[in-house]
Amino acid sequence: MNGEKELTCIGCPLGCLLTVNMTPEGIFVSGNTCPRGDVYARKEVTNPTRIVTSTVRVQGGVIARVSVKTESDIPKEKIFACMEEIRKTSVPAPVRIGDVIIRNCAGTGVRVVATKDVEESCDG
Amino acid sequence: MICHDIVIIGGGPAGLAAAAAARKNGMEDILILERDRVLGGILNQCIHNGFGLHTFKEELTGPEYASRYIRLVKELGISCRTGSMVLSISRDKEVTVVSREKGLQVIRAKALILAMGCRERPRGALNIPGCRPAGIYTAGTAQRLMNIEGYRVGKEAVILGSGDIGLIMARRMVLEGAKVKAVAELMPYSGGLKRNIVQCLDDYGIPLKLGYTVVDIEGQDRVEGVTLAAVGPDRKPIAGTEEHYRCDTLLLSCGLIPENELSKGMGLPMNPVTSGPMVNDRLETGAAGVFACGNVLHVHDLVDYVSEEAALAGEHAARYVRNGGAESETSGHLPVILRAENGVRYTVPQSLDPGAMAEKVTVRFRVSDVYKGRSVCVYLDKTCISRQKRRVMTPGEMEQVTLTRERLLQAPGLKEITIRTEVEE
Ligand SMILES: Cc1cc2nc3c(=O)[nH]c(=O)nc-3n(C[C@H](O)[C@H](O)[C@H](O)COP(=O)(O)OP(=O)(O)OC[C@H]3O[C@@H](n4cnc5c(N)ncnc54)[C@H](O)[C@@H]3O)c2cc1C
Ligand code: SF4
Repeated sequence: MNGEKELTCIGCPLGCLLTVNMTPEGIFVSGNTCPRGDVYARKEVTNPTRIVTSTVRVQGGVIARVSVKTESDIPKEKIFACMEEIRKTSVPAPVRIGDVIIRNCAGTGVRVVATKDVEESCDG
Repeated sequence: MICHDIVIIGGGPAGLAAAAAARKNGMEDILILERDRVLGGILNQCIHNGFGLHTFKEELTGPEYASRYIRLVKELGISCRTGSMVLSISRDKEVTVVSREKGLQVIRAKALILAMGCRERPRGALNIPGCRPAGIYTAGTAQRLMNIEGYRVGKEAVILGSGDIGLIMARRMVLEGAKVKAVAELMPYSGGLKRNIVQCLDDYGIPLKLGYTVVDIEGQDRVEGVTLAAVGPDRKPIAGTEEHYRCDTLLLSCGLIPENELSKGMGLPMNPVTSGPMVNDRLETGAAGVFACGNVLHVHDLVDYVSEEAALAGEHAARYVRNGGAESETSGHLPVILRAENGVRYTVPQSLDPGAMAEKVTVRFRVSDVYKGRSVCVYLDKTCISRQKRRVMTPGEMEQVTLTRERLLQAPGLKEITIRTEVEE
């Protein structure tokens, strides 16, 4: 992977504009004010990951959706595959925080868990 | 009449943390009044992660953060009434509340804590020309519709305003399969956190158009498109810079204002900059025994600081009840006024009592513009007592300085404390 990439560091409000040069000799980061910018840039160009949060349909709950998250971060390029599965899923009420909603989301090996309690609705 | 030692209005993170702190400071008889059917406030719809890094040292989602405090309040056996909306408060701390089960009631409190949060600036105030077709939402309304009710708000969207809610909603819509064409921001900088710009816009290739505004909305029944134009230094659109975007949805994320109808109804002195009540170092408003915390006092970007501030209000309300009135609390010193100057927009608190204040008081403030390499300076009357250089300060992130009682007591006859920014040579 060769080339140059520009990134904004999110390590602190300064938001340094980082330039990453990828060469056969290695990765070179410039523009960072402190070492955290270097670490961030290397991770972003080699293995960027994110936590995904969304909602899943609930049947028979007091509200229509329960909020969920991936239990740990997943590779960035898997975000949409993960969302695809989350969209297809629905669960019956009641739901408790931490309940596993999907065991292995989009083959990442990461679980999707509920982040909210949803009680059963009395009126069916 | 029903009486309680402490009545808290609002069951969001501020109300919950204030209640827990009051209980830990010896108060038995506490009541939380919440108009929604659940506790937790705005956090219930903020399903993204990034809450509680300071308080819990982990990254929680909004509902998870709220649930920790809801559990704590339940464990402490504090009474909460949901579905109970406060209609008015009188100067002698009588609260009029309405609920479906109990109808209209008046509750008297020895101390009150205001924790009503904030609401979004409504679109009427935004002055966008054109008719009002369907498909225009404030970002927070769209957030509630999507995350709680489960509606899809649109397929193609333009967002006006780059505050955090707008940024978070841009990502949320993209993840739900919509296309977000642009986020337009009137100011030359974004009011949102850097992290949100990177992870909500850059990650999905959504353009952020700084110094742009909406000049036209097309469509009769439903939005069909919007026109953006660049603005000059006077924030007025520049002819010839118009860009047209086809879309069926326009989200407005144009800032939050503290929800202070109740405070105004009580005749509390208000701060025109924060739109919240004026408070002293005990977070006590102009009415003795009435305290305020959280977004009703000033808009916060981090919930951790809301919880911290609210705990302080709870502690002081407890002390007020124990002492049977504020008079016993003052030291006889005249209150010292805090002034915001030269790039500091406001301070909270706005006054303090050096004789009676805690060992340390945290003064929170916001700056008016993006400043690089400026210092935050504290003056006791004319003497500068501290100068802290900050690499960068932005209006979107709350700043703070700490004042110590020890240092203030060394300045006899102190009248004014000034917090200002100064350019470093
Ligand atoms: C959309 C959005 C996104 C955010 N994202 C983040 C983030 O990523 N990270 C972070 O740390 N912080 C974030 N924040 C900030 C943080 O969530 C808020 O600062 C915090 O929730 C404020 O707490 P509060 O208790 O003051 O207000 P609220 O949570 O608004 O609670 C106020 C409560 O008072 C009730 N109430 C109001 N009036 C009455 C009345 N008359 N009678 C009875 N009850 C009443 C309301 O129903 C509500 O439940 C976000 C805020 C918003 C709005
Ligand atoms: S490189 Fe260091 S100073 Fe610059 S934004 Fe990142 S963390 Fe902040």
